[in-house]
Amino acid sequence: MYDVAIIGCGIVGAATAYQLSRYQLKTVVLEAQNDAANGTTKANSAILHAGYDPEPGTLMARLNVEGVRMVKELCEKLDVERKETGSLVLAFSAEEMDTVRALCDRGIRNGVPGVRVLDREEVLAMEPNLNPQVVGALYAPSAAIVNPWDFCIALAETAVRNGVEVRLSSPVTAISRLPGGGYRLATPQGEVEARYVVNAAGVEADTVHAMAGGSGFTILPNRGEYYMMDKTQGGLVSTVVFQCPTKVGKGVLVAPTVHGNLIVGPNAEDVPDKGAVNNTAGALAFVREMAAKSVPGINYRDSIRNFAGIRAHSDHSDFIIEESAQAPGFINLAGIKSPGLSSAPAIGVMAVELLRSCGLQTAEKDRFIDRRRVVRFKELPPEEKERLIRENPLYGRVICRCETITEGEIVDAIHRPIVPRSIDGVKRRTTAGMGRCQGGFCGPRVHEILARELGVSLPKILMDEEGTYILTGPTKEGR
Amino acid sequence: MSSMVYDVIVIGGGPAGLAAACEAYDNGAQKVLVIERDKELGGILNQCIHNGFGLHYFKEELTGPEYAGRFIRLLRESASVEVKLDTMVLEIRERVVHCVNSREGYQMLEARSIVLAMGCRERTRGAIAIPGDRPAGIFTAGAAQRYVNMEGYMVGKRVVILGSGDIGLIMARRMTLEGAKVLACVELMPYSNGLNRNIVQCLQDYNIPLYLSHTITDIIGRERVEKVVVSKVDENRRPIPGSEMVFDCDTVLLSVGLIPENELTRSASIEIDRRTNGPVVYENMETSAPGVFACGNVVHVHDLVDFVTAESKRAGAAAARSALGHEASGAVMEVRNGSRVNYTVPQKIRRENVDKGVEIFFRANNVYRDTVIKVESGGQLLCQFKREHMAPGEMEKITVPKILLDKADGQCLTVSVEDQA
Repeated sequence: MYDVAIIGCGIVGAATAYQLSRYQLKTVVLEAQNDAANGTTKANSAILHAGYDPEPGTLMARLNVEGVRMVKELCEKLDVERKETGSLVLAFSAEEMDTVRALCDRGIRNGVPGVRVLDREEVLAMEPNLNPQVVGALYAPSAAIVNPWDFCIALAETAVRNGVEVRLSSPVTAISRLPGGGYRLATPQGEVEARYVVNAAGVEADTVHAMAGGSGFTILPNRGEYYMMDKTQGGLVSTVVFQCPTKVGKGVLVAPTVHGNLIVGPNAEDVPDKGAVNNTAGALAFVREMAAKSVPGINYRDSIRNFAGIRAHSDHSDFIIEESAQAPGFINLAGIKSPGLSSAPAIGVMAVELLRSCGLQTAEKDRFIDRRRVVRFKELPPEEKERLIRENPLYGRVICRCETITEGEIVDAIHRPIVPRSIDGVKRRTTAGMGRCQGGFCGPRVHEILARELGVSLPKILMDEEGTYILTGPTKEGR
Repeated sequence: MSSMVYDVIVIGGGPAGLAAACEAYDNGAQKVLVIERDKELGGILNQCIHNGFGLHYFKEELTGPEYAGRFIRLLRESASVEVKLDTMVLEIRERVVHCVNSREGYQMLEARSIVLAMGCRERTRGAIAIPGDRPAGIFTAGAAQRYVNMEGYMVGKRVVILGSGDIGLIMARRMTLEGAKVLACVELMPYSNGLNRNIVQCLQDYNIPLYLSHTITDIIGRERVEKVVVSKVDENRRPIPGSEMVFDCDTVLLSVGLIPENELTRSASIEIDRRTNGPVVYENMETSAPGVFACGNVVHVHDLVDFVTAESKRAGAAAARSALGHEASGAVMEVRNGSRVNYTVPQKIRRENVDKGVEIFFRANNVYRDTVIKVESGGQLLCQFKREHMAPGEMEKITVPKILLDKADGQCLTVSVEDQA
């Protein structure tokens, strides 16, 4: 019997697992996919919002401001890429300047440090590639960008190093209540019993809640589509550039990424299907058109990838972070839309408090691992590179030439606590294949390394989730 | 960290680098080094197991590995040519090449001259923003070719190919021979970008339909490709609603263009031609950085390896001369793209440095019949060449003799294509 079972290993589940791993508890994370961070966590704008957006007094307002403070410390300790860029909300009319001032006031009330309104000259001095018709902007210096999937993986890995069990490819298919309290969760990999359950199932949170007999909220999937641009475009802006929020949404943003690329998007479209992460020509055209209003000079010939993510909107305006009204000891962390990534660490802490108020005893461990170090070969000075290669010759073999990722880094990633079993799993951990050739060269090489390290044949290696097979069999004169 | 001084360092051990290195040696360079990132020399030729290579250069039909093998043998016979395999160049600063490998670690190698021969990469789905799901089963044609020809594995059973570049056409035949069903080859343009002989030998001979002025407008399949939607496009290359055809397939191969791989070149602040995506070069393949030469697909994408070889020999010879202290100089004449011409290589000519004549490679911007290529300078026609057929997919080569070049009085040379009178 586990003390706590967390359903979902996205950013919210991972942050909760990380917090629980401080205590002498038996915790399991059940993830439907074959890797952590494989839902909304990997497909979003990767922004750590300053916190001027949510209505004061909401959970979103409190957890956002608290969360981004925690993200900073966590990223330092866990060696996750994060960069404080600041953000701008652009105004193009007197009316939008009113919105900008209102956002500034809200930011001050939410306790966001340093927010202020800039005039046209100040904005253009900060970002010379903006549309010169800009009339002013809100500047929030504490906004930042992060590597969202690695942040999630780092939290989950550290939780595992502290004794949490993560079971991949384990979608919960049924939940029943145990007579003496607690729950039995059925998965294709077997059953799990736990005294308490944390529902961090993202877009599936309502389905999972219903399995436990719960009701009270519905997830309304909302899709956002993006362009990821080559590093040649990465210097167009140095801050996260938003547009004024309208009734339709926060508008399209243009922002640098921690890897030096440029991200452009998203649109916002309600979709009936929680798995509909396809791109559409209409939305991509909309994104290009809207982005041109902020930054006219983006060269879409240098696009390297499109993607789409599903926001876990719900029929509630705020995050849903509470014990289920129908299922005792069952904590919902649901409807975690934007600013969910920014709030996640604070949501994790709040989840632990909720579990305590349900009766979970939390005694701290004597030794809690809170550090992680990752080798990033290309960032090292020549002498360090030399030293690393002498220590381990695999660092001297560059596999991904666009991103300069070595075999050593790939092998490291494969042998970390949550083992990637797919080429995209390696990509998320190392950025191999994330560059301009999109794995055209390194894909087959990473494929070989994965198969070798995992001791399986090439056809067993997947591109990403279950079912994404790459090879269909040997050639006529193949092996 | 080790450091060494070479006469010529060649970056890339594919066909361009091999020819340049051999020629540099033959022209007196004493210490020549070839740096290759893969575990063997030959570059992309190693996975091109079909024949058709060498018809121009060797006057016989060879496979890719055979073609590469001839140069590798030549290179091995040149005692003072050193090869570093499995070695990646990280940057070029002045004439120092920074590279790493497992055996020697981080190295800084000094060169009297450098030849850039890094080749090109394939354009991807992301570059052309094909909408739809993002399942497994979507490959660039070259990546699929590697899996099939090098690893011995098939990448799919029912295939649609987008783009009619040569690798896509070659893979249509290869996949068919391996038992897959190739349902269609879909080309956005009203003409193919591949060689005519490949259209005949790889599509027509196997009854694979070629849909010109069509493109893929949707890819369906959550895990693996299940269907693609193909639509006809109008003259502005926009999909025409109502023209959709659906193909049940598990694989999409992309052959939608090649891009010279010039990240090293850019980081060395060498001037790049926006039309070729390669460095601007002089008649001897020298770039805007004195002593740094470039050849092969890193300069502009070639259709035939034979032409890569010819161009690279020029670069290798010039690199050797430069290493031995003979600097090319003289007044610079610019080569301009006249009507119907997409680009030219070289982009600049120093007449004093031309021996018997200068070879100019270029591509027409559309398909034309019965044309004449005109080379003019200062309003004066220097020479002209008749062509029955021209297409963007077939690179043109003309040679302007030195005697005519010397007659030119303008500061630029314009190459244009006109209808025959």
